[in-house]
Amino acid sequence: MAPKPKVPGIVKGMGVTFKEMTQTIWPGEGLKRFTQPPSPSKGAATVQYPHVKEAPAPRARGVIALKEENCTVCMLCARSCPDWCIYIEGHKEKAPPRRPGGKERTVSALDRFDIDYSLCMYCGICVEVCPFEALFWSPEFEYSEPRIADLLHDKERLGEWMETVPDFEPYEAGAEVKVKQVPR
Amino acid sequence: MIYGLGYWQESILRSVGILVAVLLPAGTFVYVFLFKMVSFMQSRLGPMEAGPFGSMQLLAEVGKFLQKEDIVPERADKKLFKFAPYLVVGTVLLVYLAVPFGPDMYFADLDGGVFYILAVSSISSLGVLMAGWSSANKYALIGGLRAAGQLIAYELPMVLAVVGVIIQAGTMNLSGIVAAQAGGSIFGFNGIGNPYLLTQFIAFAIFMIAVQAELGQTPFDMPIAESELVTGYITEYSGLRFLLFFIGEFASAGAFAAVAATLFLGGWAVPAAWADLNSNWFNLIGPLIMLVKMMILGGLIFFVRFTFPRFREDQLQKLAWTVLIPISLVNILATTILKVAF
Repeated sequence: MAPKPKVPGIVKGMGVTFKEMTQTIWPGEGLKRFTQPPSPSKGAATVQYPHVKEAPAPRARGVIALKEENCTVCMLCARSCPDWCIYIEGHKEKAPPRRPGGKERTVSALDRFDIDYSLCMYCGICVEVCPFEALFWSPEFEYSEPRIADLLHDKERLGEWMETVPDFEPYEAGAEVKVKQVPR
Repeated sequence: MIYGLGYWQESILRSVGILVAVLLPAGTFVYVFLFKMVSFMQSRLGPMEAGPFGSMQLLAEVGKFLQKEDIVPERADKKLFKFAPYLVVGTVLLVYLAVPFGPDMYFADLDGGVFYILAVSSISSLGVLMAGWSSANKYALIGGLRAAGQLIAYELPMVLAVVGVIIQAGTMNLSGIVAAQAGGSIFGFNGIGNPYLLTQFIAFAIFMIAVQAELGQTPFDMPIAESELVTGYITEYSGLRFLLFFIGEFASAGAFAAVAATLFLGGWAVPAAWADLNSNWFNLIGPLIMLVKMMILGGLIFFVRFTFPRFREDQLQKLAWTVLIPISLVNILATTILKVAF
Protein backbone atom coordinates (compact mmCIF):
# COMPACT_ATOMS: atom_id res chain seq x y z
CA MET A 1 0.00 0.00 0.00
CA ALA A 2 1.42 3.33 -1.00
CA PRO A 3 1.74 5.76 1.90
CA LYS A 4 -0.78 8.55 1.88
CA PRO A 5 0.62 11.89 0.71
CA LYS A 6 1.52 13.79 3.85
CA VAL A 7 -0.60 16.85 4.48
CA PRO A 8 1.33 19.65 6.20
CA GLY A 9 0.28 20.06 9.82
CA ILE A 10 -0.68 23.70 9.27
CA VAL A 11 -3.23 22.83 6.59
CA LYS A 12 -4.46 19.86 8.62
CA GLY A 13 -5.05 22.07 11.66
CA MET A 14 -7.05 24.59 9.65
CA GLY A 15 -9.04 21.69 8.23
CA VAL A 16 -9.94 20.51 11.73
CA THR A 17 -11.28 23.88 12.85
CA PHE A 18 -13.13 24.38 9.56
CA LYS A 19 -14.76 20.96 9.79
CA GLU A 20 -15.77 21.63 13.38
CA MET A 21 -17.35 24.92 12.32
CA THR A 22 -19.41 23.34 9.53
CA GLN A 23 -20.40 20.54 11.89
CA THR A 24 -21.78 23.08 14.34
CA ILE A 25 -23.61 25.18 11.76
CA TRP A 26 -24.96 22.23 9.73
CA PRO A 27 -24.96 19.21 12.06
CA GLY A 28 -25.14 15.77 10.51
CA GLU A 29 -23.44 13.71 7.84
CA GLY A 30 -22.99 13.93 4.08
CA LEU A 31 -23.21 16.82 1.66
CA LYS A 32 -27.00 17.03 1.75
CA ARG A 33 -26.99 18.80 5.12
CA PHE A 34 -25.62 21.94 3.41
CA THR A 35 -28.96 22.34 1.62
CA GLN A 36 -30.72 22.56 4.99
CA PRO A 37 -31.04 25.91 6.77
CA PRO A 38 -28.20 26.31 9.29
CA SER A 39 -29.15 25.21 12.82
CA PRO A 40 -26.25 25.90 15.18
CA SER A 41 -28.44 25.42 18.25
CA LYS A 42 -28.67 21.73 17.34
CA GLY A 43 -25.01 21.39 16.39
CA ALA A 44 -23.63 23.02 19.51
CA ALA A 45 -22.46 20.76 22.32
CA THR A 46 -23.58 23.31 24.90
CA VAL A 47 -27.04 24.33 26.12
CA GLN A 48 -28.34 27.86 26.70
CA TYR A 49 -28.35 27.55 30.47
CA PRO A 50 -30.98 29.83 32.02
CA HIS A 51 -33.50 28.75 29.36
CA VAL A 52 -32.52 25.08 29.20
CA LYS A 53 -31.18 23.19 32.21
CA GLU A 54 -28.46 20.72 31.41
CA ALA A 55 -28.92 17.19 32.71
CA PRO A 56 -25.92 16.71 35.01
CA ALA A 57 -23.99 13.46 35.18
CA PRO A 58 -25.41 11.05 37.82
CA ARG A 59 -22.24 11.21 39.92
CA ALA A 60 -21.86 14.98 39.58
CA ARG A 61 -20.79 16.61 42.85
CA GLY A 62 -23.39 19.34 43.12
CA VAL A 63 -24.41 19.48 46.75
CA ILE A 64 -24.34 17.18 49.80
CA ALA A 65 -27.74 15.92 50.93
CA LEU A 66 -28.53 14.69 54.46
CA LYS A 67 -30.83 11.85 55.51
CA GLU A 68 -31.54 13.05 59.02
CA GLU A 69 -33.06 9.83 60.42
CA ASN A 70 -29.90 7.87 59.65
CA CYS A 71 -27.55 10.28 61.40
CA THR A 72 -26.25 9.08 64.79
CA VAL A 73 -24.24 12.23 65.63
CA CYS A 74 -21.03 10.21 65.51
CA MET A 75 -19.13 13.31 64.31
CA LEU A 76 -16.97 11.31 61.88
CA CYS A 77 -17.85 13.64 59.00
CA ALA A 78 -17.19 16.80 61.00
CA ARG A 79 -13.81 15.45 62.17
CA SER A 80 -12.70 14.31 58.73
CA CYS A 81 -13.71 17.50 56.96
CA PRO A 82 -10.50 19.25 55.79
CA ASP A 83 -12.19 22.64 55.88
CA TRP A 84 -14.05 22.14 59.19
CA CYS A 85 -17.20 23.33 57.50
CA ILE A 86 -19.63 20.85 59.09
CA TYR A 87 -21.21 21.93 62.39
CA ILE A 88 -23.01 19.25 64.41
CA GLU A 89 -24.80 19.43 67.73
CA GLY A 90 -26.85 16.68 69.30
CA HIS A 91 -28.17 15.29 72.56
CA LYS A 92 -29.04 11.91 74.03
CA GLU A 93 -32.63 11.02 74.65
CA LYS A 94 -34.54 8.01 75.91
CA ALA A 95 -36.48 5.91 73.45
CA PRO A 96 -39.06 3.20 74.21
CA PRO A 97 -37.69 -0.39 74.39
CA ARG A 98 -37.75 -2.57 71.29
CA ARG A 99 -39.52 -5.46 73.07
CA PRO A 100 -42.14 -5.18 75.75
CA GLY A 101 -40.56 -5.38 79.18
CA GLY A 102 -37.15 -4.43 77.88
CA LYS A 103 -34.87 -1.69 79.02
CA GLU A 104 -35.29 1.87 77.70
CA ARG A 105 -32.87 2.66 74.89
CA THR A 106 -30.60 5.69 74.60
CA VAL A 107 -30.50 7.27 71.14
CA SER A 108 -28.68 10.30 69.82
CA ALA A 109 -30.86 13.02 68.34
CA LEU A 110 -29.65 15.68 65.95
CA ASP A 111 -30.12 19.31 67.00
CA ARG A 112 -28.02 21.00 64.39
CA PHE A 113 -26.34 19.83 61.19
CA ASP A 114 -25.00 22.72 59.12
CA ILE A 115 -22.67 22.68 56.15
CA ASP A 116 -21.02 25.96 55.23
CA TYR A 117 -20.87 25.82 51.42
CA SER A 118 -18.71 28.93 51.29
CA LEU A 119 -15.97 26.78 52.85
CA CYS A 120 -16.78 23.36 51.40
CA MET A 121 -14.37 22.25 48.69
CA TYR A 122 -16.49 19.33 47.49
CA CYS A 123 -13.87 16.69 48.31
CA GLY A 124 -16.59 14.24 49.37
CA ILE A 125 -14.65 12.82 52.34
CA CYS A 126 -17.71 13.28 54.61
CA VAL A 127 -19.81 11.21 52.22
CA GLU A 128 -17.08 8.54 52.13
CA VAL A 129 -16.63 8.23 55.89
CA CYS A 130 -20.30 8.23 56.89
CA PRO A 131 -20.91 4.65 58.18
CA PHE A 132 -24.68 5.05 58.55
CA GLU A 133 -25.65 6.20 55.04
CA ALA A 134 -26.73 9.64 56.06
CA LEU A 135 -24.77 11.77 53.56
CA PHE A 136 -25.16 11.58 49.77
CA TRP A 137 -24.00 13.44 46.70
CA SER A 138 -26.72 15.21 44.73
CA PRO A 139 -26.15 16.71 41.25
CA GLU A 140 -28.26 19.75 42.18
CA PHE A 141 -26.24 22.94 41.65
CA GLU A 142 -28.63 25.90 41.72
CA TYR A 143 -28.17 27.17 45.27
CA SER A 144 -26.14 30.34 44.84
CA GLU A 145 -26.84 33.19 47.23
CA PRO A 146 -26.26 36.93 47.04
CA ARG A 147 -24.75 36.97 50.55
CA ILE A 148 -21.90 34.66 51.47
CA ALA A 149 -23.32 34.05 54.97
CA ASP A 150 -26.47 32.60 53.39
CA LEU A 151 -24.45 29.68 52.07
CA LEU A 152 -24.57 28.07 55.53
CA HIS A 153 -27.33 25.51 55.02
CA ASP A 154 -29.11 23.78 57.90
CA LYS A 155 -30.38 20.23 58.21
CA GLU A 156 -33.85 21.06 56.85
CA ARG A 157 -32.37 22.46 53.67
CA LEU A 158 -29.90 19.58 53.36
CA GLY A 159 -32.79 17.18 53.83
CA GLU A 160 -34.75 18.75 50.99
CA TRP A 161 -31.94 17.81 48.63
CA MET A 162 -32.41 14.11 49.48
CA GLU A 163 -35.13 14.02 46.81
CA THR A 164 -32.64 14.98 44.10
CA VAL A 165 -30.18 12.18 44.93
CA PRO A 166 -30.19 9.72 42.02
CA ASP A 167 -30.06 5.94 42.49
CA PHE A 168 -26.60 4.44 42.64
CA GLU A 169 -25.37 3.19 39.29
CA PRO A 170 -24.80 -0.53 38.83
CA TYR A 171 -21.20 -1.57 39.37
CA GLU A 172 -19.17 -3.03 36.53
CA ALA A 173 -19.71 -6.67 35.63
CA GLY A 174 -18.16 -9.17 38.06
CA ALA A 175 -18.15 -6.85 41.08
CA GLU A 176 -18.75 -8.80 44.30
CA VAL A 177 -20.15 -5.90 46.27
CA LYS A 178 -23.90 -5.44 46.08
CA VAL A 179 -25.16 -2.08 44.86
CA LYS A 180 -26.43 -0.05 47.80
CA GLN A 181 -29.87 1.48 47.81
CA VAL A 182 -30.45 5.14 48.49
CA PRO A 183 -32.75 5.37 51.53
CA ARG A 184 -35.92 7.09 50.43
CA MET B 1 -15.27 66.13 -6.40
CA ILE B 2 -18.40 64.17 -5.64
CA TYR B 3 -21.54 65.67 -7.26
CA GLY B 4 -20.07 69.17 -7.11
CA LEU B 5 -20.03 69.41 -3.31
CA GLY B 6 -18.13 72.29 -1.75
CA TYR B 7 -14.72 71.66 -0.25
CA TRP B 8 -15.98 71.93 3.34
CA GLN B 9 -18.95 69.64 2.68
CA GLU B 10 -16.64 67.06 1.22
CA SER B 11 -14.25 67.38 4.16
CA ILE B 12 -17.05 66.74 6.66
CA LEU B 13 -18.22 63.80 4.56
CA ARG B 14 -14.71 62.33 4.61
CA SER B 15 -14.29 62.86 8.36
CA VAL B 16 -17.52 61.01 9.05
CA GLY B 17 -16.50 58.44 6.47
CA ILE B 18 -13.23 57.62 8.21
CA LEU B 19 -15.01 56.97 11.51
CA VAL B 20 -17.45 54.66 9.73
CA ALA B 21 -14.57 53.01 7.86
CA VAL B 22 -12.72 52.33 11.13
CA LEU B 23 -15.57 51.31 13.42
CA LEU B 24 -17.80 49.38 11.00
CA PRO B 25 -15.25 46.72 9.94
CA ALA B 26 -13.89 46.51 13.49
CA GLY B 27 -17.37 45.85 14.89
CA THR B 28 -18.19 43.40 12.12
CA PHE B 29 -14.93 41.53 12.67
CA VAL B 30 -15.56 41.23 16.40
CA TYR B 31 -19.13 39.98 16.00
CA VAL B 32 -18.77 37.72 12.96
CA PHE B 33 -15.35 36.25 13.69
CA LEU B 34 -14.46 36.75 17.35
CA PHE B 35 -17.93 36.03 18.75
CA LYS B 36 -19.54 33.70 16.25
CA MET B 37 -16.98 31.94 14.04
CA VAL B 38 -14.80 30.91 16.98
CA SER B 39 -17.84 29.72 18.90
CA PHE B 40 -18.92 27.47 16.06
CA MET B 41 -15.36 26.16 15.76
CA GLN B 42 -15.57 25.19 19.42
CA SER B 43 -19.06 23.62 19.15
CA ARG B 44 -20.83 26.36 21.07
CA LEU B 45 -23.19 29.19 20.16
CA GLY B 46 -21.46 32.30 21.46
CA PRO B 47 -23.44 35.32 22.66
CA MET B 48 -27.19 34.77 22.17
CA GLU B 49 -28.90 37.11 24.65
CA ALA B 50 -28.19 40.72 23.58
CA GLY B 51 -30.23 41.39 20.44
CA PRO B 52 -31.13 38.79 17.79
CA PHE B 53 -28.43 36.08 17.90
CA GLY B 54 -26.38 38.24 20.23
CA SER B 55 -25.72 40.87 17.57
CA MET B 56 -25.90 43.72 20.08
CA GLN B 57 -23.38 42.05 22.37
CA LEU B 58 -20.64 44.45 21.33
CA LEU B 59 -22.73 47.46 22.41
CA ALA B 60 -23.34 45.74 25.74
CA GLU B 61 -19.60 45.22 26.16
CA VAL B 62 -18.91 48.87 25.35
CA GLY B 63 -21.52 49.90 27.92
CA LYS B 64 -19.89 47.63 30.48
CA PHE B 65 -16.41 49.03 29.90
CA LEU B 66 -17.65 52.63 30.08
CA GLN B 67 -19.11 51.99 33.54
CA LYS B 68 -15.88 50.66 34.96
CA GLU B 69 -13.47 52.66 37.04
CA ASP B 70 -10.47 54.09 35.23
CA ILE B 71 -7.63 52.93 37.47
CA VAL B 72 -4.13 54.36 37.14
CA PRO B 73 -1.44 52.59 39.20
CA GLU B 74 0.11 54.81 41.84
CA ARG B 75 3.66 54.48 40.59
CA ALA B 76 2.78 54.64 36.90
CA ASP B 77 4.08 57.35 34.61
CA LYS B 78 0.63 58.90 34.54
CA LYS B 79 0.80 61.06 31.41
CA LEU B 80 2.25 58.29 29.24
CA PHE B 81 -0.08 55.74 30.77
CA LYS B 82 -3.15 57.81 29.90
CA PHE B 83 -1.95 58.77 26.43
CA ALA B 84 -0.83 55.34 25.15
CA PRO B 85 -4.27 53.89 24.20
CA TYR B 86 -5.17 57.04 22.24
CA LEU B 87 -1.93 56.71 20.28
CA VAL B 88 -2.76 53.09 19.40
CA VAL B 89 -6.26 53.97 18.16
CA GLY B 90 -5.08 57.13 16.41
CA THR B 91 -2.59 55.09 14.39
CA VAL B 92 -5.38 53.02 12.92
CA LEU B 93 -7.19 56.16 11.78
CA LEU B 94 -3.98 57.28 10.10
CA VAL B 95 -3.62 53.96 8.25
CA TYR B 96 -7.13 54.27 6.81
CA LEU B 97 -6.25 57.73 5.56
CA ALA B 98 -4.39 56.45 2.50
CA VAL B 99 -6.66 53.53 1.55
CA PRO B 100 -9.01 54.26 -1.36
CA PHE B 101 -12.59 52.93 -1.21
CA GLY B 102 -13.71 54.14 -4.65
CA PRO B 103 -12.61 56.43 -7.48
CA ASP B 104 -13.36 59.47 -5.29
CA MET B 105 -13.88 57.71 -1.96
CA TYR B 106 -10.52 58.28 -0.36
CA PHE B 107 -9.44 60.43 2.53
CA ALA B 108 -6.11 61.48 1.06
CA ASP B 109 -4.63 60.52 -2.30
CA LEU B 110 -0.97 60.15 -1.37
CA ASP B 111 1.66 59.46 -4.02
CA GLY B 112 3.77 57.59 -1.48
CA GLY B 113 0.72 55.79 -0.04
CA VAL B 114 2.34 52.41 0.56
CA PHE B 115 5.37 54.00 2.16
CA TYR B 116 3.11 56.15 4.34
CA ILE B 117 1.02 53.18 5.53
CA LEU B 118 4.03 51.05 6.41
CA ALA B 119 5.59 53.96 8.29
CA VAL B 120 2.44 54.94 10.17
CA SER B 121 1.41 51.41 11.14
CA SER B 122 4.61 51.06 13.20
CA ILE B 123 3.54 53.91 15.49
CA SER B 124 0.99 51.66 17.23
CA SER B 125 3.85 49.56 18.59
CA LEU B 126 5.26 52.76 20.04
CA GLY B 127 1.97 53.15 21.89
CA VAL B 128 2.24 49.57 23.08
CA LEU B 129 5.79 50.15 24.27
CA MET B 130 4.65 53.33 26.08
CA ALA B 131 1.84 51.41 27.76
CA GLY B 132 4.21 48.66 28.85
CA TRP B 133 6.86 51.02 30.15
CA SER B 134 4.57 53.44 31.99
CA SER B 135 2.51 50.79 33.78
CA ALA B 136 5.22 50.16 36.41
CA ASN B 137 4.51 46.45 36.14
CA LYS B 138 6.96 43.73 35.20
CA TYR B 139 4.46 41.82 33.07
CA ALA B 140 3.46 44.95 31.20
CA LEU B 141 7.10 45.85 30.63
CA ILE B 142 8.02 42.44 29.23
CA GLY B 143 4.88 42.51 27.07
CA GLY B 144 5.81 45.92 25.69
CA LEU B 145 9.38 44.83 24.96
CA ARG B 146 8.17 41.69 23.23
CA ALA B 147 5.84 43.81 21.09
CA ALA B 148 8.78 46.02 20.09
CA GLY B 149 10.97 43.02 19.22
CA GLN B 150 8.14 41.51 17.22
CA LEU B 151 7.60 44.76 15.33
CA ILE B 152 11.25 45.03 14.30
CA ALA B 153 11.35 41.40 13.21
CA TYR B 154 8.14 41.46 11.15
CA GLU B 155 8.16 44.99 9.76
CA LEU B 156 11.05 43.95 7.53
CA PRO B 157 9.42 40.96 5.72
CA MET B 158 6.24 43.03 5.39
CA VAL B 159 8.05 45.89 3.68
CA LEU B 160 10.04 43.50 1.49
CA ALA B 161 6.86 41.64 0.50
CA VAL B 162 5.18 44.87 -0.52
CA VAL B 163 8.21 45.89 -2.60
CA GLY B 164 7.35 43.10 -5.06
CA VAL B 165 3.89 44.59 -5.54
CA ILE B 166 5.32 48.08 -5.99
CA ILE B 167 7.75 46.84 -8.63
CA GLN B 168 4.98 45.12 -10.53
CA ALA B 169 2.56 48.06 -10.34
CA GLY B 170 5.21 50.68 -10.98
CA THR B 171 3.68 53.05 -8.43
CA MET B 172 3.42 53.55 -4.67
CA ASN B 173 0.06 55.29 -4.92
CA LEU B 174 -2.66 52.92 -3.67
CA SER B 175 -5.19 54.22 -6.23
CA GLY B 176 -2.53 53.59 -8.87
CA ILE B 177 -2.00 50.03 -7.59
CA VAL B 178 -5.76 49.41 -7.74
CA ALA B 179 -5.88 50.75 -11.32
CA ALA B 180 -2.87 48.66 -12.30
CA GLN B 181 -4.58 45.49 -11.01
CA ALA B 182 -7.96 46.27 -12.59
CA GLY B 183 -6.49 47.15 -15.97
CA GLY B 184 -3.70 44.59 -15.99
CA SER B 185 -3.55 41.37 -17.91
CA ILE B 186 -2.02 37.93 -17.33
CA PHE B 187 -0.14 36.79 -20.47
CA GLY B 188 -2.38 38.98 -22.62
CA PHE B 189 -5.64 37.75 -21.03
CA ASN B 190 -7.40 40.66 -19.35
CA GLY B 191 -10.74 39.05 -18.42
CA ILE B 192 -10.05 39.19 -14.69
CA GLY B 193 -7.46 41.96 -14.71
CA ASN B 194 -4.34 41.06 -12.77
CA PRO B 195 -4.97 40.75 -9.05
CA TYR B 196 -1.50 40.49 -7.53
CA LEU B 197 -2.71 37.61 -5.41
CA LEU B 198 -2.04 35.44 -8.47
CA THR B 199 1.30 36.81 -9.59
CA GLN B 200 2.64 37.76 -6.17
CA PHE B 201 1.30 34.87 -4.10
CA ILE B 202 4.59 34.45 -2.22
CA ALA B 203 4.50 38.11 -1.28
CA PHE B 204 0.86 37.69 -0.26
CA ALA B 205 1.68 34.76 2.04
CA ILE B 206 4.58 36.63 3.64
CA PHE B 207 2.47 39.77 3.99
CA MET B 208 -0.36 37.92 5.73
CA ILE B 209 2.05 36.17 8.13
CA ALA B 210 3.68 39.51 8.92
CA VAL B 211 0.25 41.12 9.41
CA GLN B 212 -0.66 38.35 11.84
CA ALA B 213 2.50 39.11 13.80
CA GLU B 214 2.06 42.87 13.56
CA LEU B 215 -1.46 42.60 14.96
CA GLY B 216 -0.35 40.25 17.71
CA GLN B 217 -2.96 37.67 16.68
CA THR B 218 -2.58 34.27 18.16
CA PRO B 219 0.28 32.31 16.69
CA PHE B 220 2.24 35.50 17.38
CA ASP B 221 0.53 36.87 20.48
CA MET B 222 3.58 36.92 22.75
CA PRO B 223 3.01 40.57 23.79
CA ILE B 224 -0.20 39.60 25.60
CA ALA B 225 0.55 35.89 26.17
CA GLU B 226 -1.96 35.35 28.96
CA SER B 227 -0.41 32.16 30.31
CA GLU B 228 2.97 33.86 30.74
CA LEU B 229 2.37 37.58 31.19
CA VAL B 230 -1.19 37.95 32.61
CA THR B 231 -2.25 40.18 29.69
CA GLY B 232 1.08 41.79 28.84
CA TYR B 233 1.03 45.51 28.22
CA ILE B 234 -2.70 45.89 29.00
CA THR B 235 -2.40 44.28 32.44
CA GLU B 236 -2.90 47.56 34.32
CA TYR B 237 -5.57 49.04 32.07
CA SER B 238 -9.27 49.07 32.84
CA GLY B 239 -12.47 50.72 31.71
CA LEU B 240 -12.38 53.09 28.77
CA ARG B 241 -8.64 52.77 28.17
CA PHE B 242 -8.86 48.98 28.00
CA LEU B 243 -11.73 49.42 25.55
CA LEU B 244 -9.55 51.66 23.40
CA PHE B 245 -6.85 48.99 23.22
CA PHE B 246 -9.55 46.47 22.31
CA ILE B 247 -10.91 48.73 19.55
CA GLY B 248 -7.37 49.41 18.39
CA GLU B 249 -6.62 45.71 18.06
CA PHE B 250 -9.63 44.92 15.91
CA ALA B 251 -9.69 48.19 13.99
CA SER B 252 -6.09 47.63 12.98
CA ALA B 253 -7.02 44.10 11.93
CA GLY B 254 -9.57 45.82 9.68
CA ALA B 255 -6.99 48.35 8.50
CA PHE B 256 -4.47 45.69 7.55
CA ALA B 257 -7.19 43.65 5.87
CA ALA B 258 -8.03 46.77 3.84
CA VAL B 259 -4.38 47.32 2.92
CA ALA B 260 -3.93 43.67 1.94
CA ALA B 261 -7.16 43.76 -0.08
CA THR B 262 -5.92 46.84 -1.91
CA LEU B 263 -2.45 45.47 -2.58
CA PHE B 264 -3.32 41.90 -3.51
CA LEU B 265 -7.04 41.54 -4.29
CA GLY B 266 -7.65 44.61 -6.41
CA GLY B 267 -9.07 46.93 -3.75
CA TRP B 268 -12.44 48.58 -4.43
CA ALA B 269 -12.33 47.83 -8.17
CA VAL B 270 -13.60 44.94 -10.22
CA PRO B 271 -11.60 43.96 -13.32
CA ALA B 272 -11.72 46.81 -15.85
CA ALA B 273 -13.08 44.45 -18.50
CA TRP B 274 -16.34 44.09 -16.51
CA ALA B 275 -17.41 47.68 -15.94
CA ASP B 276 -16.45 51.32 -16.42
CA LEU B 277 -14.47 52.00 -13.24
CA ASN B 278 -14.67 55.79 -13.48
CA SER B 279 -18.46 55.93 -13.29
CA ASN B 280 -19.90 57.57 -10.19
CA TRP B 281 -21.60 54.32 -9.26
CA PHE B 282 -18.32 52.96 -8.03
CA ASN B 283 -18.26 55.53 -5.24
CA LEU B 284 -21.25 53.59 -3.92
CA ILE B 285 -20.39 50.00 -4.90
CA GLY B 286 -16.64 50.38 -4.29
CA PRO B 287 -16.83 50.43 -0.47
CA LEU B 288 -19.09 47.37 -0.53
CA ILE B 289 -16.69 45.43 -2.78
CA MET B 290 -13.89 46.53 -0.49
CA LEU B 291 -15.81 45.36 2.59
CA VAL B 292 -16.37 41.92 1.05
CA LYS B 293 -12.66 41.57 0.29
CA MET B 294 -11.78 42.79 3.78
CA MET B 295 -14.14 40.23 5.30
CA ILE B 296 -12.46 37.43 3.35
CA LEU B 297 -8.99 38.49 4.50
CA GLY B 298 -10.17 39.23 8.05
CA GLY B 299 -11.76 35.78 8.13
CA LEU B 300 -8.40 34.33 7.13
CA ILE B 301 -6.62 36.24 9.91
CA PHE B 302 -9.06 35.07 12.58
CA PHE B 303 -9.26 31.54 11.14
CA VAL B 304 -5.49 31.22 11.65
CA ARG B 305 -5.76 32.89 15.04
CA PHE B 306 -8.25 30.36 16.36
CA THR B 307 -6.48 27.33 14.91
CA PHE B 308 -2.88 27.50 16.02
CA PRO B 309 -1.22 27.64 19.41
CA ARG B 310 1.28 30.31 20.34
CA PHE B 311 4.89 30.18 19.16
CA ARG B 312 7.75 30.41 21.60
CA GLU B 313 9.54 33.75 21.63
CA ASP B 314 12.71 32.41 19.98
CA GLN B 315 10.72 30.52 17.33
CA LEU B 316 9.03 33.79 16.45
CA GLN B 317 12.32 35.57 15.85
CA LYS B 318 13.80 32.62 13.98
CA LEU B 319 10.83 32.43 11.60
CA ALA B 320 11.16 36.09 10.68
CA TRP B 321 14.94 36.35 10.25
CA THR B 322 15.84 32.96 8.78
CA VAL B 323 12.74 32.15 6.70
CA LEU B 324 10.55 35.11 5.79
CA ILE B 325 13.22 37.72 5.03
CA PRO B 326 15.34 35.49 2.72
CA ILE B 327 12.24 34.32 0.85
CA SER B 328 10.97 37.87 0.38
CA LEU B 329 14.39 38.98 -0.90
CA VAL B 330 14.36 36.17 -3.46
CA ASN B 331 10.82 37.20 -4.36
CA ILE B 332 11.94 40.77 -5.04
CA LEU B 333 14.80 39.52 -7.21
CA ALA B 334 12.51 37.23 -9.21
CA THR B 335 9.93 40.01 -9.65
CA THR B 336 12.60 42.40 -10.89
CA ILE B 337 13.96 39.91 -13.42
CA LEU B 338 10.51 39.05 -14.73
CA LYS B 339 9.49 42.72 -14.88
CA VAL B 340 12.52 43.50 -17.05
CA ALA B 341 12.13 40.36 -19.16
CA PHE B 342 8.45 40.93 -20.05
